[in-house]
Amino acid sequence: MTTTALQEPVRKTSPGAAREPRRRTGRIRRIGLPYLLLLPALLLELLVHLVPMVIGIVMSFKELTQFYIRDWGTAPWSGLGNYQVSVDFDAPVGEALLHSFFVTVGFTLLSVGLCWLIGTAAAVYMQGTFRGRGLLRALFLVPYALPVYAAVITWVFMFQHDNGLVNHVLHDQLHLTDERSFWLIGDNSFYALLTVSVWKGWPFAFLIVMAGLQNIPGELYEAAALDGAGMWQQLRRITLPSLRPVNQVLVLVLFLWTFNDFNTPYVLFGKAAPEAADLISVHIYQASFVTWNFGTGSAMSVLLLLFLLVVTGGYLLFTSRGRRAADV
Amino acid sequence: MSSPTSPMAPPRSFVWSRRIFLTLLTGFVLIPVYVMVSSSLKPLADVTGEFRWLPSGLTIRPYIDIWSTVPLAKYFVNSLIVAGAATVCSVVIAVFAAYAVSRYEFRGKRVFTVTVLSTQMFPGILFLLPLFLIYVNIGNATGIALFGSRGGLILTYLTFSLPFSIWMLIGYFDSVPRDLDEAALVDGCGPLGALLRIVVPAAIPGIVAVAVYAFMTAWGEVLFASVMTNDATRTLAVGLQGYSTLNDVYWNQIMAASLVVSVPVVAGFLLLQRYLVAGLTAGAVK
Repeated sequence: MTTTALQEPVRKTSPGAAREPRRRTGRIRRIGLPYLLLLPALLLELLVHLVPMVIGIVMSFKELTQFYIRDWGTAPWSGLGNYQVSVDFDAPVGEALLHSFFVTVGFTLLSVGLCWLIGTAAAVYMQGTFRGRGLLRALFLVPYALPVYAAVITWVFMFQHDNGLVNHVLHDQLHLTDERSFWLIGDNSFYALLTVSVWKGWPFAFLIVMAGLQNIPGELYEAAALDGAGMWQQLRRITLPSLRPVNQVLVLVLFLWTFNDFNTPYVLFGKAAPEAADLISVHIYQASFVTWNFGTGSAMSVLLLLFLLVVTGGYLLFTSRGRRAADV
Repeated sequence: MSSPTSPMAPPRSFVWSRRIFLTLLTGFVLIPVYVMVSSSLKPLADVTGEFRWLPSGLTIRPYIDIWSTVPLAKYFVNSLIVAGAATVCSVVIAVFAAYAVSRYEFRGKRVFTVTVLSTQMFPGILFLLPLFLIYVNIGNATGIALFGSRGGLILTYLTFSLPFSIWMLIGYFDSVPRDLDEAALVDGCGPLGALLRIVVPAAIPGIVAVAVYAFMTAWGEVLFASVMTNDATRTLAVGLQGYSTLNDVYWNQIMAASLVVSVPVVAGFLLLQRYLVAGLTAGAVK
C-alpha cells in the first residue's frame, strides 16, 4: 500500500490580476484539504477510542469503587496498588487473572490455528471450477454473516444437557459417552467455546484467503505446469508463498479479534463463565461490573493492552523482517 | 472466473480429498443452521424433551409468539435505526479519510494510519467504562443525551467499524488509477468533485464491502449494547436474551427469533458477497 504524492495538478489558470490570490487560496486548500477530510474520522477516534483509553489508564491508578463512580475524579489515587493486586499471583485475584490469561492464550492459539487451516484449505479447494461451487461459497459464509448472538444462542441450545443435539448424538445415538455430558459448565466448556469460535471464525479466513488467491497471477501456475510441477507442488511452491503478505495481516487480525472476543463467551455462558473457559475479556468485565471494582478492572485492561502491544509489535517486526529477507 | 489454477485437470488425489473435506465442512457449517430452522418450526414439547432431528409436527406458532413474549418489534426497529445510521455515517467518513490518505502527502499521515489501525488492538473492555463516563459527562454538560440513547450507540458503533473500513478503502482507492482524478481536476472539478464523480463510482465494490462490514458490526455487537441501552433503546443483541431469562426456556421461540433477526443481515450479506470478495481483492489484500 505505497502511496506517491499526487502530482501537482496542471490547472488552467487565467492570466491576469486574479491569478495571484487564487493561487494562494488554492495552496492553502491543498494543504488543508487532507486534514479537513480526516477531521471527522479523527474526532470520532479521539472521542470513542483514544480519550477513553487515556481515561482508562488514569482510572487504573485510582481506587475506584462504586462509592466514587458518580464523580470518579474524586476517587483517591492508589499508585500502583491496582497493578499490585492484579499481578500478585499468590493471592486469589492475581491467581484467577493468571489462570484466565493462560486459558485465553491456549484458546486463541487453537482457535486462530484452526480457523486459518480450515479457511485456507477451503479457499484452495474452492479455487477450481466444479458444480455447486457458487452455492457452497455462499453457504460457507453463513456463519460469518449471522449475528453473533443468534449463532451462539443456537449453539447454546445444541449444547444443552437434556434436550441438546450434541448429547443426543454422542450419547443416545453413538453411545460414545456413558452418560450425558455437561458442555456449558466444567472442563468441557473449553471445547464448546473453541468449537463455536472456530465455526464462526473460519469463514473470515476463507474470505480473505480467497481474495488473496485471486491476486496470484495465473501465469505463475502455467509456467510451473510447463516445468512439470504437480498440483501439490504448485500449492507448496506458489500458492502458499504468494499468500504470505495476506497471511501476515490475516493471522494478526484473527489473533486480536479472538483474544479480545467478548461476545461469544458472554452469550455462550452468560455472566459467569466456567473456569475452564474463563476468557480474559469476560474475566475483566466480571472483575469490574460484578464486583464493582473499576480500578482493578482498568489495571487489568491496561496490562492486557500492554501484552497485545508487545505481541503485535514483535509479530510485525518478526514477520516483516522475514518478508524483506525473502524478497531479496 | 477463469480458472487461475493449472490448465491441467487436477489429479485424482486432489479431487478426492476435496470431496471429503468439503462434505465434512458443509456438515459442520449446516448443522447449527438446520437446528435453528427446524427447531423454530417445532411445537414446545419437541424442544423441551430429548432432541429430535425431525419435528413431530410442524407449527408456525413460535413465529407468532415471539412478538408478544418480548417486544421484539421495538428491538428490531432500534437495531435497524442504530445499524443503519452507523453504517451510512461510517462509510461517508471512511471515504473522506481514505481519500485523503490515498491521494495526498501530508504531515502526520503515517501517525494517523498507524494510530487508527492500532485501535483494533484495544480490548473493548478497556474503554467501556471510560466511554460510559464520557457520555454521561457530555450529557450533564451539554444536555445531549448520549448515554442510553440511540445516538450514543450509533457514535460508538460507527467508530468501531471505521479503522477497518478506512484501511480497506485506502487499498481500494490506491487501485483506482490516479490519471482518472487528475483528468477530472484538469477539467475543472475540485478535489471533492474528483472524489465524488470519479473515485467513488470506480470504488463501488469496495464501498459496498465496507458498508456490509459496518452494518454487521453494529447489528451484532453485544457488550456495549448491554451496558449503554435502556428499555426504550434496547437493541436485538440484548433483547434476544429476554427469552431465556424467563422460567421456561422457549427454545422454539428463541430459534424463531434468532432466525428472524438473522435474515436481514444474512440475505444482504449473501446478495453482496460478490462485492465483498471483489472489494477485499482490490483493497485490503494487496
